Amino acid sequence: MSEQEILLSVKDLKIEGRSDETWNPIINGASFDLRKGEVLGMIGESGAGKSTVGLASMGFTRDGCRISGGSVVFDGIDLVTADAATKRSLLGKRIAYVAQSAAASFNPAHRIIDQHTEAPTQHGVYSKSESEEDAMDLYNRLRLPNPEEIGFRYPHQVSGGQLQRAMTAMAMSCRPDLIIFDEPTTALDVTTQIEVLASIRDIVEQFNTAAIYITHDLAVVAQMADRIKVLLRGDEVEESETRSMLSNPKEEYTKSLWAVRSFQRDLKAPVAINSTPVVSVQNVSAAYGKVPVLHDISFDIHPGRTVAVVGESGSGKSTAARCITGLLPPTKGVIQFDGENLPLDYRQRNRGQLRQAQMIYQMADTALNPRKKIGEIIGRPVEFYMGLKGAEKRKRVEQLLEQIELEPSQYIDRLPSELSGGQKQRVGIARSLAAEPKFIICDEVTSALDQLVAEGILRLLADLQDTLGLSYMFITHDLATVKSIADEVVVMKEGKVIEQGPKVEMFQPPHHPYTDLLLSSVPEMDPDWLTNLLDERGVDNIGDAASAKI
Amino acid sequence: MNSVLGIILQRLGLGLLTLLVVSVLIFASVNALPGDFAEAILGQGATPEAVASIREDLGLNKNPFSRYFSWLGGVLTGDFGTSFAQANMSSFAGSDTGKGGIESVAAQIAPRFKNTLFLAGVAAAIAIPLALTLGILAALYRNSVYDRAVNVTTLSAISSPEFFLAYILILFLAFLNPILPSLSNIYDGMAFSERLQKTLLPALTLTLAVTAQLMRMTRAAIINLLASPYIEMARLKGISPMRVIVRHALPNALAPIINVVALNLAYLITGVVVIEVVFVYPGIGQLFVDSVKIRDIPVVQACCLLFAAAYILLNLIADIMSILSNPRLRHPK
Repeated sequence: MSEQEILLSVKDLKIEGRSDETWNPIINGASFDLRKGEVLGMIGESGAGKSTVGLASMGFTRDGCRISGGSVVFDGIDLVTADAATKRSLLGKRIAYVAQSAAASFNPAHRIIDQHTEAPTQHGVYSKSESEEDAMDLYNRLRLPNPEEIGFRYPHQVSGGQLQRAMTAMAMSCRPDLIIFDEPTTALDVTTQIEVLASIRDIVEQFNTAAIYITHDLAVVAQMADRIKVLLRGDEVEESETRSMLSNPKEEYTKSLWAVRSFQRDLKAPVAINSTPVVSVQNVSAAYGKVPVLHDISFDIHPGRTVAVVGESGSGKSTAARCITGLLPPTKGVIQFDGENLPLDYRQRNRGQLRQAQMIYQMADTALNPRKKIGEIIGRPVEFYMGLKGAEKRKRVEQLLEQIELEPSQYIDRLPSELSGGQKQRVGIARSLAAEPKFIICDEVTSALDQLVAEGILRLLADLQDTLGLSYMFITHDLATVKSIADEVVVMKEGKVIEQGPKVEMFQPPHHPYTDLLLSSVPEMDPDWLTNLLDERGVDNIGDAASAKI
Repeated sequence: MNSVLGIILQRLGLGLLTLLVVSVLIFASVNALPGDFAEAILGQGATPEAVASIREDLGLNKNPFSRYFSWLGGVLTGDFGTSFAQANMSSFAGSDTGKGGIESVAAQIAPRFKNTLFLAGVAAAIAIPLALTLGILAALYRNSVYDRAVNVTTLSAISSPEFFLAYILILFLAFLNPILPSLSNIYDGMAFSERLQKTLLPALTLTLAVTAQLMRMTRAAIINLLASPYIEMARLKGISPMRVIVRHALPNALAPIINVVALNLAYLITGVVVIEVVFVYPGIGQLFVDSVKIRDIPVVQACCLLFAAAYILLNLIADIMSILSNPRLRHPK
């Protein structure tokens, strides 16, 4: 491979971002080479500057950022010093981009195919009709259903996974030499992710396109990349061939990334047969307006246990939580708390009943009032539920902050905007603890966080469960999280409970076919995992294979 | 498509309901005006008997409810009643004179309203393309000298009183460089080109008055979208800046732009009394003000209702067009 021609050479790239009227460094000198047809994986936590480097490889910076030094030489042209017209003549034609959210990156006002043909016609590569024909060919190669017809739909008429593949096709429309993939599967469900990963890998191989594959998911990058580069807060940590990186990471930081997935709770003794569940959901059905979303679901959550509710987006996990909290009164069924029926509508529950079920949300950013100080955010439920005031209240807030491992004197007077994502999520936990509940619903609490931070949150939740005897309903789509903390698992699909039982049983065959599909779709660190899985399922029509199994 | 049709029918129904409510408000507020036609026409020396007899003639002494419903019934059949002034004029004359004598309110208003629509149409035909172009260019060259110059100019224009703008235009375009006539006394049967020429100065004045808002709204609506991922995507496809704005941003910015266009069109139809007076343009605004002065209630009510209908109709059209500009509604899943 080394004798192949170098396509892109980034040297000592420095990027600055503007905040508070000054320019601060974001990237402190990234360097890498990319040969023709090679795939470079770029990995790091959010804020590590992966996307910034990816975009800068196209000579592009977002508003408020600038390249302050170094060079990005693409096929002999330095994109840092090139004028706008030169860069425009390369973008779309020889360097293309695939964004994280296809739904947001397709223009809602135009049909997919018209956006596909735009770059080829504008750059004079193909005529409109040639490009349309080529689009159908690409859709076919990317295994999109109805390749002849799908392009003539508007973006909102196509599912997320299909749209992501259509965007990959769009990036291919001029047969570029280089494609930047910026977290292309992060927003997708695991089962959909596989199809997109396989499509991307195939098409990049078929056309011998070089690619930079940006992701925070190690297992994903292991499937896609020839080499991996690790970034940390704008600094390069290390770079090496995928297999040697996986088997023998050198730097401490890289090792810590690899180790995250090792967190594992001890198994608990089985629940006593006559124990009364803290929460019991019995034959609950619910609907949004006239659209039914939950169909006759039942499950129990016992004291001191964690029940993980898993399923793809739209499977009704969060709706089940809304039913338990009374935000969405079920149309049928019973919600019991400690063996007693709860009023279905939260408006009819008294303060004691409300106090018992607390929630922690996915987006700590939006779940905390940005204008209240941390002390006020946690103090509010302390006062509302426990009736503490003044010095007593402050003491309790400090105690709670200690429980979530944030130094009270340092954090009590800060605003949420002065906290990191993980710290905000900790505040969310403290706020729910303030009500001194028996039961907490954790709705995708770690999915917006980086793996290291997420692991910290999981450990904290586990410790709190041990010391306070809490019960959790843990909503997630991430099976790795389920493996590490759940006692029992409930698998949901299309508003129904497909399978439920203790974790040990769930992760051992025989599975329900859908559970099996979910489990086998979780990417593993083994670089051959995707290839083997595709062989197993039948490479040609993985999408059909996936749906046929259900 | 059914959902769109449903929404349109619903809006249409709401529009009619609004018009009905407005008709009540118009009737009530016109009746709340101090004095009536009888007192206004007879002046201060009127004897109570004379006043009472005119009131008797015009039905002003009936109770307001029955007057409202007879008015509403007339309106629904297209009969806006008879102008008090016209009715009295002919009764003073003693008999029918000339061609038909008493004109109905509708016949009195129709030619004036046509003139008003013509003026509004000419002004809109200049202002809307101009403002959209200026707005798009301002968005394209945002924060440049051009952007600032356009902003300052249009804002100065909108901040000056209309009559002042009118006189400035007369000074430059009719007096110093006599290109356009300063009097817009158009009449029926005038050739279109001459009519257009005479309407141009008031239309230009109105253009100056509405361009700022349209242009700034266009600029803001487009700039609002420039941070969207699909705009970034278009840039990363190497699309030229002009095409990014016109093809990728503009179609998604249409809804707010359409709404502000509708509001300004409504203003052009209903709010141009001052301009009509300055240029002696025979529009509906002057008729309206004169009728209020002499408490000629049928004319005042008809004008008010017409204005309200214009507002409601234009907003209705804007709503429908905004809905249609959303591909999610045009092409449901």
